[in-house]
Amino acid sequence: MRILAAMSGGVDSAVAAARAAEAGHDVTGIHLALSRNPQSYRTGARGCCTIEDSNDARRAADIIGIPFYVWDLSDRFHEDVVEDFMDEYAAGRTPNPCLRCNEKIKFAAVLDRALALGFDAVATGHYAQLRNGTDGLVQMHRAVDMGKDQSYVLGVLTQDQLAHSLFPLGDTTKDVVRREAADRGLLVADKPDSHDICFVADGDNAGWLKEKLGDRNPNAGGDIVDSSSGEVLGQHDGTVGFTIGQRRGLRLGTPAADGKPRFVLDIEPVSGTVSVGPRDGLRIDRISGIRPRWCGTVPSVLAGPDVTVQLRAHGREHRAVVRVAVDGDDGDDGDVAIELLDPAEGIAPGQAAVIYDGTRVVGSATISATARSSALDRALA
Amino acid sequence: MTVYLDHAATTPMLPAAIEAMTAQLASVGNANSLHASGRGARRVVEESRERIARALGCRPGDVVFTSGGTESDNLALKGIFWARRAADPRRVRILSTAIEHHAVLDPLDWLAEAEGAEVELLPVDDRAHLRLDALRESVERDPASVALISVMWANNEVGTLQPIAEIVELAAQHGIPVHTDAVQAIGVVHVDFAASGVDALSLTGHKVGGPYGVGALVVRRDLQVSALVHGGGQERDIRSGTLDPPAIAGLAAAIEASVKRQDHHATRLRTLRDDLVRRVVEAVPEAHLHGDPEVRLPGNAHIGFPGCEGDSMLMLLDARGIECSTGSACSAGVPQPSHVLLAMGCDDDQARHSLRFSLGHTTTAADIDALVEAIGPVVERARAAKAGVR
Repeated sequence: MRILAAMSGGVDSAVAAARAAEAGHDVTGIHLALSRNPQSYRTGARGCCTIEDSNDARRAADIIGIPFYVWDLSDRFHEDVVEDFMDEYAAGRTPNPCLRCNEKIKFAAVLDRALALGFDAVATGHYAQLRNGTDGLVQMHRAVDMGKDQSYVLGVLTQDQLAHSLFPLGDTTKDVVRREAADRGLLVADKPDSHDICFVADGDNAGWLKEKLGDRNPNAGGDIVDSSSGEVLGQHDGTVGFTIGQRRGLRLGTPAADGKPRFVLDIEPVSGTVSVGPRDGLRIDRISGIRPRWCGTVPSVLAGPDVTVQLRAHGREHRAVVRVAVDGDDGDDGDVAIELLDPAEGIAPGQAAVIYDGTRVVGSATISATARSSALDRALA
Repeated sequence: MTVYLDHAATTPMLPAAIEAMTAQLASVGNANSLHASGRGARRVVEESRERIARALGCRPGDVVFTSGGTESDNLALKGIFWARRAADPRRVRILSTAIEHHAVLDPLDWLAEAEGAEVELLPVDDRAHLRLDALRESVERDPASVALISVMWANNEVGTLQPIAEIVELAAQHGIPVHTDAVQAIGVVHVDFAASGVDALSLTGHKVGGPYGVGALVVRRDLQVSALVHGGGQERDIRSGTLDPPAIAGLAAAIEASVKRQDHHATRLRTLRDDLVRRVVEAVPEAHLHGDPEVRLPGNAHIGFPGCEGDSMLMLLDARGIECSTGSACSAGVPQPSHVLLAMGCDDDQARHSLRFSLGHTTTAADIDALVEAIGPVVERARAAKAGVR
C-alpha cells in the first residue's frame, strides 16, 4: 500500500513510520505545520508544532529512508481546532482539542488530501489497534499498553476514516517502541512524551485564553459563589480557564464551614459566576451527549457487562447503559443518553464521552449536560 | 533515474571546477603568509581573481571574495548604505524592487528596522519588469537622499531580466550607485560588469557550476563599502577572513567555463525550455507561463497550473523522480505564497499554483520528455487534492 505517515517529530510516529516501511509499504513522511507562527508554539522537546519538531521528523525520515515533506495545515487547524477551543471555553465548556484535531485535521483534511494524491491510508503513532470484524467492518480496540492507550482521542473516527488508517504501535508497549527507536538509530528515541495542548505555549490555558479571546471573552471577572447557599465567597478574573472539578487556583480566603476543599461545580459565562461546593457535588451518573460519531453501525441501545464509557483522556472506565435517539426524530439528531452504573466526578460539558464494548470503541459524543439520578441523590443525601 | 529540473536552486559542478578545486585541496598555505607556501596559496587566489575579472569585464581589484550570494548582497546593501550615509547623512533612502530575493529583502528590512533606512520596494508589471516610471518618480522626488539602488539582474523565480541599462542611466544622472544581484544571470546571459555600468554585483559559485559556500561581490574599487566582517583585513579590508584557495579556484574555473560557453549554452537551454513550455501547455491546456516569454532567463520555465497546489505537484513529481521547485520561499519547510507572483498581481491562489522548472548544463531532451509524460496525471491528482475529491 501507499502510506502517508504523519510524523510529529516524536518517537511514536517515527517508529510507526519505520514499521510501516519495513512491512513493505511505500511510505512517505509528512510533518504537519499547524502554527501560523511556528515559534509561538511550544518550544523544546515536548510539543508537536515547533521547528525543532519538524527537524526531528525530517531526520527520522532520513534514517528510515522515506521521502519527507511539510504540509501547511495551519489555516485549517486554526479554524477547526484553535477557534473551536476558544469558542467552547468562552461558552463555559471544556473542549478536548486533540479529539477535534483527529476528527477535523489528521483523519479528515490530511486523509482526504492523501487519498486524492494516490495514497491508500494514513499511518500515525497513536496507540490503538485496528482489526477486521467478521461483518467486514474495521474495528478499533484499545492498545495493548493500557498506560499509553489513545483510543479515547480517536473515538471520533468513523468507519470510512478507520478503513483508511493504520496504527502500527497498537500491539506494542511504549518501552518496546523506545527500544526499537534506539535500535533503528532514530535520534528521537529518548525524546520526552508530549503533554498539554500544543498551541498553548507554556501550558497556562487560562492566561492563553484571556490573551487570545479579547472581545470574545464573555466576562473579565465575577463572583465565586457557594453552590448551595448562594453566598459570595470571592472574586475571579474571568470564567475562561475554569473547569468543572477544578480545585486549585480558586484563592478563596475563608475555608469552607466543614473545612473540606471546595471544587468548581458550575460555570456560568454570561453572568460570570463560578459556583463551588464540596466534592460530592461533582458526582453525577447521567450524561447527555450531542454530535455523536460512530465507528461502525449506529446502535440503538448498548447494555451489558462490557459496555463502558470513558470521560477523559486516560480516565477510568465507567460501566454504563447507552441509549441513542433515533436520528432525525423531533430534531434530536441521534443524541445520546448515558446512564453510568459507576458514578463519575468532575465531568464538564464539552468533554467527550467515548463508548466501548469491551476493548472495542463503539463511538463517541460530546457531553452537553450532566445530572444525577434520584438514586444517586438519595445515596449522597 | 532522476530528472533534475531545479538548476536555479543549485546546478551540478562543472568538471573543470571540480578539477581546479580538488587540485588545491591537498595544498597547504595561508594566502596571507609570507613564505613560499603562503605565496603559493596567494597566487592561486590572485590568478582566480584575474580569471574572474577577465570573464566578467571587471578589474581584478573589483572582486571581493565572500561566502556566496547572501553574504554578497548583505555586504553590498549594508556596506554601501553605511558608507554613503556616513559621507552625507541625508542619504537614507534605498530603492529596490518588490521581487528581490530574500537575501536582499531581508537585509533591507533589517536596515529599515535597525538603521532607520527608508526602503522603497518599487512595483513591477504583470511580467515582473521593474516599473521604470516608478523608479524615476522615486529618484527624482529627492535624488540627494538616495543612498543606493539595488535591482536584481534576473529574477530567480520567474526569470524576468530587469532593465539594468536604463536603471544605471537614471542613477548616473544623480550619482547614485547601483547594486545588482546577478546570481541567476552569470553564465546564462551576457554580463559585463564595466559595460553594464553597475557599481556592485553579487554572484555565487553554486549557481554557475562552481562549489557551494563561495561567491563574490564585484564592487568598483573607488566605491566606499563599510565592512561587515572585521578581522585580518583581507579583501580590501571589506571582508576579513582567511581566503579559501580551493573554493576560489573552483569558482574561477566555473565562471570562466560558463561564461565561455554562454552563447551556445543559452541557445541550447532556450530550445529545450521552449519545447518544455509548448508541450506542457499541450498536455495541460489551462497551464500558462508566468513572466515575460522573451525577456527571461533561457533556462527558466515558471508555469501556473490553475486548480492545483504547487506543493502537491512537487511531491507527486518527486515520487516520479522529477525534481523541480514551487519557486517560492519556504518558512520552516512550509511554502509561502510567492512574493514575486503577488507583486506581479497574482492572487494568493495563483501564487500557490505554480512550479518552476529550471534547466541547466546537464538537462537533456529526455528530461523534457519525462516531464511531459508525467505532467498530465500529476495535474489531475493535484486538482483532485485541492478540490477535496478523493
